[in-house]
Amino acid sequence: MDVRRHNAAFCAPCFTRHCREQVKRAIDSYKMVAPGERVLVAVSGGKDSLALWDILLELGYHADGLYIGLGIGDYSDESASFTREFAAQRSADLIEISIPGEFGFDIPTGARAAKRAPCSACGLSKRHLFNKAALDGGYDVVATGHNLDDEAAVLFGNVLRWDLAYLGRQYPVLPGGLGFARKVKPLVRLGERETAAYCVLKGIDYIVEECPMSAGNRHLGYKEALNAIEQTSPGSKAAFYFGFLERIVPMVQPAAEEERGGLHPCPGCGSPTVSEVCAFCKLVSRAAERG
Amino acid sequence: MKVLLRNPRRELELPGPLAVQALLSSLGCNRESVLVMVDGTLVTGDATIPDSATVEIRPVISGGSS
Repeated sequence: MDVRRHNAAFCAPCFTRHCREQVKRAIDSYKMVAPGERVLVAVSGGKDSLALWDILLELGYHADGLYIGLGIGDYSDESASFTREFAAQRSADLIEISIPGEFGFDIPTGARAAKRAPCSACGLSKRHLFNKAALDGGYDVVATGHNLDDEAAVLFGNVLRWDLAYLGRQYPVLPGGLGFARKVKPLVRLGERETAAYCVLKGIDYIVEECPMSAGNRHLGYKEALNAIEQTSPGSKAAFYFGFLERIVPMVQPAAEEERGGLHPCPGCGSPTVSEVCAFCKLVSRAAERG
Repeated sequence: MKVLLRNPRRELELPGPLAVQALLSSLGCNRESVLVMVDGTLVTGDATIPDSATVEIRPVISGGSS
């Protein structure tokens, strides 16, 4: 497996060791997880979350998985199946929450009812439920499978709009407190090719087909633009993202902290929100009205 | 060689031997966006694919279909 930004090619054992070392380096550099802490890994059945869960288990962390069923037909059925198989093979604990089962709507229906893009309804639902599950289950930290490509693309979009509040929140660790569990992104030192290759080389089956709701979205366009640059200038994505973390984050964090100052518990569910009612409760109520 | 593409799934027949980079260029694929597997084994960008091989070009980009 070749990793051009490292000017390196690895045999299989050295590559999987490279991946583990990059995750350990991210955890240590950004103080993501302290020894003995309980980690709740957000798993989707995709390459990133399953690679993350596997690496955390191999590094000796107490890492349980949380899978959220979104009700997106065959895609959800297949992704759940890969997740359960992964957990069973490793005797790892997997918590499952079904949005249709517990809240009475699926993501496509909820998105239409709330007049949101499906990815928006999906993202806010998952963030809400990950946070709640972590706090209810006594976990110290939620770990998500966001990788270097994801973070570079989000950064690219935030810079195009100069959204200072979002830029201020874009860090590999978001602290806990004020009703939030600590959220960490241990894969930020690995690109998508690397997490996919890790799964292939470790024999981890994952859902390759993309979510049918996400076709043509803006985020994908950002990734394509960045990969066009990376193809001729390997290392550009890493320089962009890590340069931002080192040099720009201290300038923009105050904008995000100012927003956190307006948080209060949602009257519906108690989750932190800056609005009258939290976005998830609003989504649930609009989906219920639609019937 | 048989070439399997994903998202959406489709198959092509192409003559070999062919260098990985030449194959990707002919299909308009960015080498940063895919993994290439020859007969089930991951290969690096400088590999040459024999005519008899089955190649999978697996997209790795999450967040949409190309």
